[in-house]
Order: sequence, then C-alpha cells, then structure tokens
Amino acid sequence: MQEAMINRAKQLLADGTVNRVIGWKRGEFVYDVTPAIFETAEELDTEFVYDDFTAANVSKYLVKECKKEGKILAFLKPCDTYSFNQLTKEHRVVRDNVYIIGIPGGPKLDAEKIKAKGITGILGAKNDNGTLVIETLYGEEKMPYYEALSTKCESCKSKKHVVYDELIGEDGDVLDSDRFDMVEKLENMSAQERYDFWREQLSKCIRCNACRNVCPACTCEKCVFDNPDSGVENKAPADSFEENMFHIIRAFHVAGRCTDCGECSRVCPQNIPLHLLNRKFIKDINSLYGNYQAGEDTTSRAPLNDYKTDDCEASIVHERGVE
Amino acid sequence: MQVNENKEFEPLIVAFCCNWCSYAGADLSGTNRLNYPTNVKIIRVPCSCRVNPMFILRAFQRGADGVILCGCHPGDCHYTSGNYFTRRRMTLLFSMLDFLGIERDRTRVEWVSAAEGAKFAATMNEFTEAVKKLGPNRRLEDLRCRKQ
Repeated sequence: MQEAMINRAKQLLADGTVNRVIGWKRGEFVYDVTPAIFETAEELDTEFVYDDFTAANVSKYLVKECKKEGKILAFLKPCDTYSFNQLTKEHRVVRDNVYIIGIPGGPKLDAEKIKAKGITGILGAKNDNGTLVIETLYGEEKMPYYEALSTKCESCKSKKHVVYDELIGEDGDVLDSDRFDMVEKLENMSAQERYDFWREQLSKCIRCNACRNVCPACTCEKCVFDNPDSGVENKAPADSFEENMFHIIRAFHVAGRCTDCGECSRVCPQNIPLHLLNRKFIKDINSLYGNYQAGEDTTSRAPLNDYKTDDCEASIVHERGVE
Repeated sequence: MQVNENKEFEPLIVAFCCNWCSYAGADLSGTNRLNYPTNVKIIRVPCSCRVNPMFILRAFQRGADGVILCGCHPGDCHYTSGNYFTRRRMTLLFSMLDFLGIERDRTRVEWVSAAEGAKFAATMNEFTEAVKKLGPNRRLEDLRCRKQ
C-alpha cells in the first residue's frame, strides 16, 4: 500500500500536477505517525509512512494548504473524505487546489491501548486472524486485535469515499454500524449516574485544546474560547462549571457539522470519550429532524441552519422517560 | 439563590424574552395587574434566536436556578424565522444538558405572544414553583459565583 502511494505521488510530482504532497511521517517512535508535507521524491522515499498507526485525518490541514500556490496532493481515508466534503460545503477549502487520492482506511491501532497491556518497546504490529502480533524490543507479544483498535475505529460509519480524483485500492460500502451503543447506554442511566459518569470524565480535562485544534469542523479563525473577555481563555478549567461549559459549547458548535471522524477522542491526552458528546447530537438530529450525515454531500443544508414549521417543541426533552 | 426570612429556598429565575412578543406579554401582565413571582428576572433580547447556548450556561454560572426562554409563537416571529432556529437549537442544548445529568426541568422554552399577559404570568408562576421543588442549582453552578 505504502509503496503504491509513494510511486503515484512521485509520478504526480514529476508531471507537475501537484507541487507538494500531504501525508504522514514517523516521529520518535514507530507508532508516532504525524501529518507532514513532502515536496520532493527523496523526501517521499525516506519519510513517507502509511501503516496501521496512521490514524490522523489530514483534511483540516488543507484549509491552510489550499490557499497556497499550486495544487496539493492529499491522501484521504474514507472518513477523512467526509470531513473534506464538509469543509468544501462551508467554503473553507478550495476543491480545485487539492488533488485527492482515496485510500482504504482499515481499522487503525492505538498505541496507548497496547501499552496499557504492559507491552513496551513497540517496533511494529501485525494482525494475524484476530490476534495482534506485536514486535517489541524484548521479543514478540500478542494481544486480541479488537482490544488494540483506536476508539474511532471500533465502529465504522463508512468505507466509501465521498470525494476523490482517483482511488488506490477498492472503494468499500457505507456501513450501518452500532456507533450509538454507548450513547444509548448512557441515556438509559439515571440522571445521577450520567452526572457521575461525566464528572469523572470531564474532570480529567486539562484544557489543552487538542480536541478543538484537531477537529476538522472547528475552523473559525477566531474561536470563542480565545476571547480574552470570556474568562476561560488559555487556562485550565477552574471548576466543574468551566469543564462542562467548554465541552458543551465545543460539541454544540460542531453540532450538525460533525462528521463523526473521532479525531477529538483520538488526540485527547486524558482519554476523555469526547466523541460521545458529538454522537449524542448526531443521534438527536437523526431522530428528531431526520437522518443526516454531515459531509455526505456538498449541497444539503445543515440541520441547525434549517427548520421545518412542524418541528417538535423543546419540551420533547422533558417528556422523555428516565429521570 | 436567596433564602427568605422563613429560611425557605427562593430560586433565581432568568427569563430571556424576545422584544416583540414575550417582553410585551410581560408588560401586558403588569398592566393587567397579574401577579408573577419576583424571583423572575427578565432579560430582553431582540429575538429568541439571539440567545446563544453560552447565555444559558452563563446564567447558570452566575447563580440562576432556572432559565426560561420566551419567544413569539412559531410562525409569528418578527424576523420571519428566528424562533424556528431557536427551537432546534434549544431542543438540542436541553437534550445535551440532560445527557450530562443536569436536571432538564431547570430549562424551558415557552412561546408567549404580546397578547398573552395571562399566559406569561401563569407560566412564570408554574416554572418558579417547579424550580423551587428542584432546589438550588448545584450541578451547573460556578462555586466562585455562589453568594453566601
């Protein structure tokens, strides 16, 4: 896969279709794979990486990149194409300045989950029929493959690319996965249990803003949380209110635009399941205003930019069962 | 939150009222000499759609025990469609508060027209009673703002 991607990128650089490539390169460790820009064939040969640890969504980088001179080549996984489409719809990226190659996503691994099993010195990992065989400095280790999957890949909404110029590998199907399971489980808890669950999770927040910075839907140039008058600019939450406020507002600002790419949870250094907040909004929108998948197309109106005269009243929330 | 002489809990209610309908409705209930509790503090907004989710959270932060948002009846918005957007937004926000375990009965949206002074007073009486039963807001308060 990696080989085919590098070769195609080199061709496109050579014939002048694009003048740079956005892909991924390794950091200090084998599982540290971060987005990077490549400008020459040599850089691609030596540094370009695409493997099971390559989970980062590069769509958001294109907001800045597509404003520069010349075309850029981007490798997008199916879930990343939804983010890209959503950005196109909001006029945040210029479609013509990006050459998109769709690549198969495939479930990604989370190194933190492997480390949590006490496995260190990771040098590589391979799926062998449901068992993950991990090569380490201290020999070979094994663990169940499913338990090492990145949270965002535990359930998959789609393996189909919604936008691309060409594909490497095959296009998959739109899946109807069980992604709302955890949201439903929480909804069925009592208010006290839900409150305790979220206090436990949100009190871990250090307000590093990683969830905001990585989110392909959060592209405002001036963010409400950077406002010096807000009282919550650039500082750790002082109490439970500030934790709640940040997370409610962050999720609300992307409601109806969140494609459920799961990057927020992936980058959270405290492992807060932030995607559950986004999924709660998606689930509510689907059930109250009809099914809607952000990023699926570039023409439909986002649910919060739209209305129907016979929408349900807000009191529907109060009429719901569990107390 | 206040405590009166009988040590009974008196909630602080913030009511966001739209300039064109509900604020005029509140005015009408006053000129009609209808009673509604002094716990209710009205904030006038140009349209119910002006109310940003942050306003609601800020009200709770600064010590509100209940927040009610009043606007024109759907279809009667002075700006044609503002309250339709409000309706979607607030439904989702209240649902999210509920999801985080914050009592859903502390928040409400009510449509009150300029001719419905009686409805305004009745709504405020009823909402204040409901919040009084819930007790002080603890789950979405900012400890630094708590009044001794």
